[in-house]
Amino acid sequence: MRALAGIFMGLIGLVLAAPLAVVAGISLNQRKMMLFPPQGLSFQWYGELFRDEGWRNAMLNSLSLALCAALFATSIALPIAYAVWRWNSRFARALHAMGSTPFILPPVITALGFLVFWTMSGFYGSFGAVVISHGIFLVTLPLITVSLGFAGIDPAYTEAAATLGADDRTVFRTVVLPMVLPYVVSGFVFAFVISLNEYIISYMVAGFTVETLPIKVFNSIRYGYTPVMAAVSVVFILVALVAFGLVGRFGDLPRLLGAWAPKD
Amino acid sequence: MRAYGRSTLVLAYPALVLGMFLLVPFGIMAALSVFRRVPAGTFEPAMVPDNYLNLLTPFFLDRIGFTLGLSAAVAVVCVALGFPFTYLLTRLPRRRQVPWLVFLLAVLALSEVIVGFAWSVLLSRTAGLSNLLVWLGLLSQPESWAPGLTAMMLGLCYLAFPYTVLVLYPSLSRLDPSYLEAARTLGASPLRGFFGVIVPVSRPAILATLVMVFVFALGAYVLPQLLGRPQHWTLAVHITDQALSRSNVPAAAAMSITLLLASLALVLVTAALGNRRKEQP
Amino acid sequence: MPDLHLTGIVKHYGSVVAVDHVDLHLPAGKFVCFLGPSGCGKTTLLRMIAGLEAPTKGRIKLGEEDITDRPTHRRGVGMVFQSLALFPHLTVGENIAYGMRIRNAPKADTERRVEELLQLVHLPGLGSRNVSQLSGGQRQRVAIARALALDPALFLLDEPLSALDAKLREAMQVELRLLQRRLGVTTILVTHDQREAMTTADLIAVMAHGRVQQIGSPLEIYRNPANTFVADFIGSTNMLPASIAERPGAVWVDGVVFPVAKLPAGVAPGREVTLSVRPEELHLLTGDMDQRGEAVLTGTVSFVRDVGQSVEVFVECGGRSVTVVGSPKEVPPVKAGDAVRVAFPAEACVVLAQ
Repeated sequence: MRALAGIFMGLIGLVLAAPLAVVAGISLNQRKMMLFPPQGLSFQWYGELFRDEGWRNAMLNSLSLALCAALFATSIALPIAYAVWRWNSRFARALHAMGSTPFILPPVITALGFLVFWTMSGFYGSFGAVVISHGIFLVTLPLITVSLGFAGIDPAYTEAAATLGADDRTVFRTVVLPMVLPYVVSGFVFAFVISLNEYIISYMVAGFTVETLPIKVFNSIRYGYTPVMAAVSVVFILVALVAFGLVGRFGDLPRLLGAWAPKD
Repeated sequence: MRAYGRSTLVLAYPALVLGMFLLVPFGIMAALSVFRRVPAGTFEPAMVPDNYLNLLTPFFLDRIGFTLGLSAAVAVVCVALGFPFTYLLTRLPRRRQVPWLVFLLAVLALSEVIVGFAWSVLLSRTAGLSNLLVWLGLLSQPESWAPGLTAMMLGLCYLAFPYTVLVLYPSLSRLDPSYLEAARTLGASPLRGFFGVIVPVSRPAILATLVMVFVFALGAYVLPQLLGRPQHWTLAVHITDQALSRSNVPAAAAMSITLLLASLALVLVTAALGNRRKEQP
Repeated sequence: MPDLHLTGIVKHYGSVVAVDHVDLHLPAGKFVCFLGPSGCGKTTLLRMIAGLEAPTKGRIKLGEEDITDRPTHRRGVGMVFQSLALFPHLTVGENIAYGMRIRNAPKADTERRVEELLQLVHLPGLGSRNVSQLSGGQRQRVAIARALALDPALFLLDEPLSALDAKLREAMQVELRLLQRRLGVTTILVTHDQREAMTTADLIAVMAHGRVQQIGSPLEIYRNPANTFVADFIGSTNMLPASIAERPGAVWVDGVVFPVAKLPAGVAPGREVTLSVRPEELHLLTGDMDQRGEAVLTGTVSFVRDVGQSVEVFVECGGRSVTVVGSPKEVPPVKAGDAVRVAFPAEACVVLAQ
């Protein structure tokens, strides 16, 4: 029975890994061909990613977009999660519900909303417009993780700090913030990685002016194959694995994803 | 009163930002959906149901039906595979769960563009699976399996599977292990215990997950273009097509609002059902 | 050091009354226990003193100063929480130094004080440890040191020992009492454990249903409980329904006249009362032993519990169970089924009007 379970999980893992493995394989082809197993072994297409100006720009665009958007999303999520935890007011809960919706809905809806909004306000195609759009779309992720972090703080901690002479602001700075920081960082990482990979919102808000990596890959696919696409894909997979790996290494991933805290 | 003041201060910035960049865009979109389109590719303020009525043409009804059917199929396949998988995952020791979770998150985060690209390679003639079958002697010569409906289904399920697992994960990891143990002591085989005990107790979670994955699949945009043919385009593709290629923003807005209301209604009903169940002792 | 005065304290949570008109005067330098079953309002009262809850009505005064509306962080109380609430992201030393750090006290002073406090709670040199590396008893001491770090006017403890095992708990009770005596800080300990209260307190305030039932020294409360609740909650007791006799200084119990040392004020003959007698005050008589002029009830032994150190005899007296406790030397050898008499010394009979 246990063997059967192992085989089932292994098979699923294999199917999940197969496309990634094939992409990794073709990224190593010596010539500009899509062959698997690869013929010859070369890392030149990874180099191309940095040498070619188009790809390099797309990479820089993606990185700075993801960084700003994740910061923006986290900066919105933190005060909402704090207010829900601290005062649990109707207003705070309403904002919490609002922040949770965009990520659950089909992204095309949010994308169209932003398209008309930025067109009307005259910022269509600007970098700032993409940052704000991504930030709003992704606010759900830090909102979930930071709320979990707050929920884990025993009120006795803040009360203890108050009896020791700390006012609200000091309690927040010296007790609450250090305790939720891992959750804030996790939320930031989640938002960062998803923003890096996001296609449709970037495309509809600034598809022709701010070329991100996913947009560039999609455009390239239309014009034919280049192994750089495979190289980019591998880089994306690695970035996601490393980022979530770090969260898993230093944070409590099962709890972040909704399991109970470990029994001690 | 003082607490009220401070809470307002703390919430001023998020309220402003969400109001400005979330409520206003959705409001504009809702307004546009009843505007009248003028032939020059723009629109004029009005209060007409035309854009919604246009959705009732055979073409769009067919597209809506196709999108719903496709999403439902993806949801069923993903939950059917994802439920036993998640159950087994949550029974692993924590230290072995973490690598799985990292891997699933990484796959989930992958851009639709990259997933589409990877599957088109995997199903291609030159680098794909068929080469393996030729090598094994099961096929005489490599063939291309994409684009097509099957390729698109595969890609969509691949996209939605990690999401399914992560939606199921909380409720299954909180499941009391003594359920299955009790069934085992009463003489049930593990498989019988799973179908006779675990699946029935988890029915609310399964229903909720079906809805969540269904809504998730509704959002697929790139995969239908990369792995499907034009007759496989989903509503999401048509929305952008109307907005960008055909410059018919009111039509796109009407489709978006329809999709929005349907998704929201589904999610809210599911959430309400979940809450009601929780309140019961 | 000032006294603490609570006047007319009331606390409502919606329609629930947690604390119901409490008036208390807690003299400076005393160790006071709020003792009562769970839900009696003792923790709520302590939290109002700390400023963690606002009373619905009533005033709290420290000496001449009214502190009712003063926020917690300016009250100068030191508190040990039930969960201890040691900050997990700080070391032992940083936890103790927390109050001084946020006041920007000079570093050298802070370090000196932390070491001094660690000495005080018998944990010298553990300042750089992580909180998670400590045992339960050690954490307790760190929490105590942290609460005492700023020389608080009031030292408050909310059931801090309840998580410890029985042996460690008793040792900590003694240690806590000695520490308090050394420092002379006014201390309030909330507990549901009457043994803990008897061990530590100068004064015990017994609480039930949001009210203070009785306040007094441990022995006073034990010997002269104010009502049936206190008599029953503190130690174990025999409670018998009785009525005031016409004869002065006596009550009727099951048709027998019981002389008693003291009657409650203002009770008329015929009034229904309760007689409370501690089991260790009773004498068990067999055969033709002399009853020395004490009131007696006759009965049959139903069960004997002999734990070596003491013997407990359960006697059925006319449908009522009476328990007698004594050392093996005092209690005559009896077994279940023996006919015995139970003698009630007048000075041990406490008459409770309510």
